[in-house]
Amino acid sequence: MSTAKLSGSFTGFGASVKRKEDPAFLRGEGQFVDDIHLPQMLHAAFVRSPYAHARVGEIDKTAALALPGVHAVITFADLPEEIRRQTLPLLVPHPAIKQPKLPYALAKDETCYAGEAVACVIADSRYIAEDAAQLVEVDYQPLPAVNDCRKALEPDAPMAHAGTESNIAARFPVKVGDADRAFTGAAHVFREKIYQHRGGPFFMECRGAIAQYDAHAGAYTLHVSCQGPHRIKRSMLEMLDLADHQLRVIAPDVGGGFGPKGSFYPEYLNVAIAAKQLGRPVKWIEDRRENFLTTHQERDQYWDMEIAVDANAKIIGVRGQLIHETGAYVPWGIVLPWITATTVPGPYVVPHFKLDVLSVFTNKIQTTPVRGAGRPEAVTTMERLMDRVARELKLDRAEVRRRNFIQPEQMPYQVGIIFRDGRPVTYDSGNYPACLDGALQVSDYKSFSQRQAKARAAGRYTGIGIGNAVEATGLGPYESATVRVATSGRIAIYTGATPQGQSHKTTLAQIAADQLGVDFNSIDVVTADTLMNALGVGTFAARTAVNAGNSVHVAAMEVAAKAKKIAAGMMECVEDDLELADGYVRLKSAPDVKKSLREIAVKSIGMPGFSMAGGLPPGLEHTAHFTPDQAVYSNGAHVAEVEVDIETGEVKILRYTVAHDCGRVINPMIVDGQVVGGVAHGVGNALYEQLAFDDNAQPLTTNFGEYLLPMATDVPQVDLVHLETPSPLNPLGVKGAGEGGTISAIAAIISAVEHALEPFGVRIAEAPITPQRIVELLGEHARGRTQ
Amino acid sequence: MADTRTITLSVNGKAHTATIETRLTLVDFLRHELQLTGTHVGCEHGVCGACTVLVNGNTVRACLMLAVQCDGEEVAAVESLATDGKLNVLQQAFQDNHGLQCGFCTPGMLMTLTEFLRDHPEPSEAEVRAALSGNLCRCTGYQGIVDAALDAAKRMRETAR
Repeated sequence: MSTAKLSGSFTGFGASVKRKEDPAFLRGEGQFVDDIHLPQMLHAAFVRSPYAHARVGEIDKTAALALPGVHAVITFADLPEEIRRQTLPLLVPHPAIKQPKLPYALAKDETCYAGEAVACVIADSRYIAEDAAQLVEVDYQPLPAVNDCRKALEPDAPMAHAGTESNIAARFPVKVGDADRAFTGAAHVFREKIYQHRGGPFFMECRGAIAQYDAHAGAYTLHVSCQGPHRIKRSMLEMLDLADHQLRVIAPDVGGGFGPKGSFYPEYLNVAIAAKQLGRPVKWIEDRRENFLTTHQERDQYWDMEIAVDANAKIIGVRGQLIHETGAYVPWGIVLPWITATTVPGPYVVPHFKLDVLSVFTNKIQTTPVRGAGRPEAVTTMERLMDRVARELKLDRAEVRRRNFIQPEQMPYQVGIIFRDGRPVTYDSGNYPACLDGALQVSDYKSFSQRQAKARAAGRYTGIGIGNAVEATGLGPYESATVRVATSGRIAIYTGATPQGQSHKTTLAQIAADQLGVDFNSIDVVTADTLMNALGVGTFAARTAVNAGNSVHVAAMEVAAKAKKIAAGMMECVEDDLELADGYVRLKSAPDVKKSLREIAVKSIGMPGFSMAGGLPPGLEHTAHFTPDQAVYSNGAHVAEVEVDIETGEVKILRYTVAHDCGRVINPMIVDGQVVGGVAHGVGNALYEQLAFDDNAQPLTTNFGEYLLPMATDVPQVDLVHLETPSPLNPLGVKGAGEGGTISAIAAIISAVEHALEPFGVRIAEAPITPQRIVELLGEHARGRTQ
Repeated sequence: MADTRTITLSVNGKAHTATIETRLTLVDFLRHELQLTGTHVGCEHGVCGACTVLVNGNTVRACLMLAVQCDGEEVAAVESLATDGKLNVLQQAFQDNHGLQCGFCTPGMLMTLTEFLRDHPEPSEAEVRAALSGNLCRCTGYQGIVDAALDAAKRMRETAR
């Protein structure tokens, strides 16, 4: 244990230290991809399909090329042969994917969503590149487009891809027990049809990339705003047929990711190809309209579900069908609907479960995981069913949950289904009843009916809602971490983890500080550069605390042990007599007898011509790749209290409580920030965010005036309750914290809205539930219509 | 040939003269001509507030203003806030209250609040939230930002006393 902990200025695991990241950002010295200016740099703009579905014919570049300052117009025909012969890679293949459709780097002869890239224009400035893009003449022949995943399943539906016979990308069952048999003779069976729409990520920094090509080395460097440069590199190597040393990918500061910055996009290939062809660096920065058109989203799911319960409201089974919209392509295969399907049972004992999952093509930008990754929809569905049971059996909603919770003594709990990591869904730990109780207590759930009665007497409509979730976090395969003490004595951590706001530079330093006996400020954290770590995976799926955190922990422990070994040789003592503190290895019995990490690091690299002392491998460093056996499961309970204006349909969140358990907490301040920020995303999904398309699948929401993100005036102060059930599955006992704030929010909020509108018999089976939709559902009861 | 003008303006207290295209936005001028990349571009249609700077002390969306409109004016961007690298009261309050995560919206938040707290030294939480309603943040849920603003206001009042 470090002495810092004893001295009261502890900065290690568990301390709410201030972030290392902040001063640079606050001074305007962050370095996001568009902040990088390289000598001789050119700028790219894309010619994009104005149609959701079209045949692409002749492309005339003459006028564009004639514009001063234009260097190239690249079309499919101009791409290198290895790029023309393949589509972008399918990131996670699965046998259930019947039609693994993926786009080409530029449209070959067909565009399948509005905004699909057809040509890439390179010019001296972005202004000129955009001027020229408008001058590229493309002969489009519009094709029938399909704009809705239910319509896409109808017998006479247009095909999202010309020449195919079905719009079904994939279909798979998820099963536990024998649901059909279990439903026979159940005391009660209730059916709910639920529509959910999740919008997009809408990080504040749009995507972007800068490619350089070094002709002498035959190698590329790519700066890209992403969630994991190693996976971007892997896709690039595959497409460009390059050896490992021919490409370095770096993620600079990243202004939010929320999932879709983890995908591989055609623009990255195009800038690399252009940089090589033109022999100059090429930058492309997505503008917000492009962001609405081309960055992956999470849109529509249609659920048709039944729940069977016994006379005591105990669940017998859940069954039904999920129609999931994948959009034009399937870059992540069935990852998203699979996560959704496996999240449905949540914290409840569901002995029998059967879900028929269809992933369906439409002519819209593809859907891939957005914060929560399909889980908010699953939780909303399950919680709608639980509310229905409560209503029908005239029970309190919290009581129905209590009767069905998996109990702490049942841990580890086998749900009976296979998760997307290929492992059975096995909850490692957690106390679900205590979590809900915590949230109910802080939210003063018990006395809500009195608050509600008072509000009603004053003509105000208030309601309360509950959302419970269990979340698979910390997914493998691993994350890389090298802990190295330089010969200057300065400690650095190098990792493939790729922060987009999650504070890795602070939390990973805190973990290493414990083992190395130093203040966390003496440790630099270098993230997301493929030159620094040969392997890496990146930051998504609430995985970094578990994967990178434990890798850093293991690596730092090894470095500490090695430092003691080397120092023991230098000081002629035994390792057990030594401890690390304040940048030294010192004698426990005589702290003044010590060697600095700097001296030890110099010793560790050896002397030219001399053998390594003690047979130790050289360097005061260690690289670890913690490889979790399975996901670890965080859990949470949200309680939302709202007021609904029955004239305008406006929903005001009066009070919001989250009880959350993500295992041991590295930095409470940072976890609070993750949870509260997640709730805001959930508020948007519950009440505002909706991507609209017309009948021809033409996007109608392409700016922040049409697509509403929650503002400071829309989101509540969140009251937090912390539970800490350490995971037994990793040395640090941590679980993921990045998505829990979002996952239960929709369920809790729409339940509260329905509760508020109970006097009018309004039933809510959809999200988002916008003001105009609330007024619609109120019908004759909407105040403006009756008074 | 593109239409150009020569302008002279002050940015963060330093005078600049430049010949620029008339269509160049203020934010692109700051970022790409002066290499002052602290001001960010989030939407280019005036909603997100990431590009907020002060022109003659008043907040503007630098994505909606042309650089040529700033001829003879005084522009202050996020780089003007710290002194010799030392964070000012508002910046420090952001760090202390975890008012930023990815850091991309932060410069705009700081400039909006610089104007707001100057004009409203004793704001309520609701007033702070209303003042921030023109700045979008996708990471924090605004709580840390609101706390930072209230904390900064308090510290400024204490210093002024």
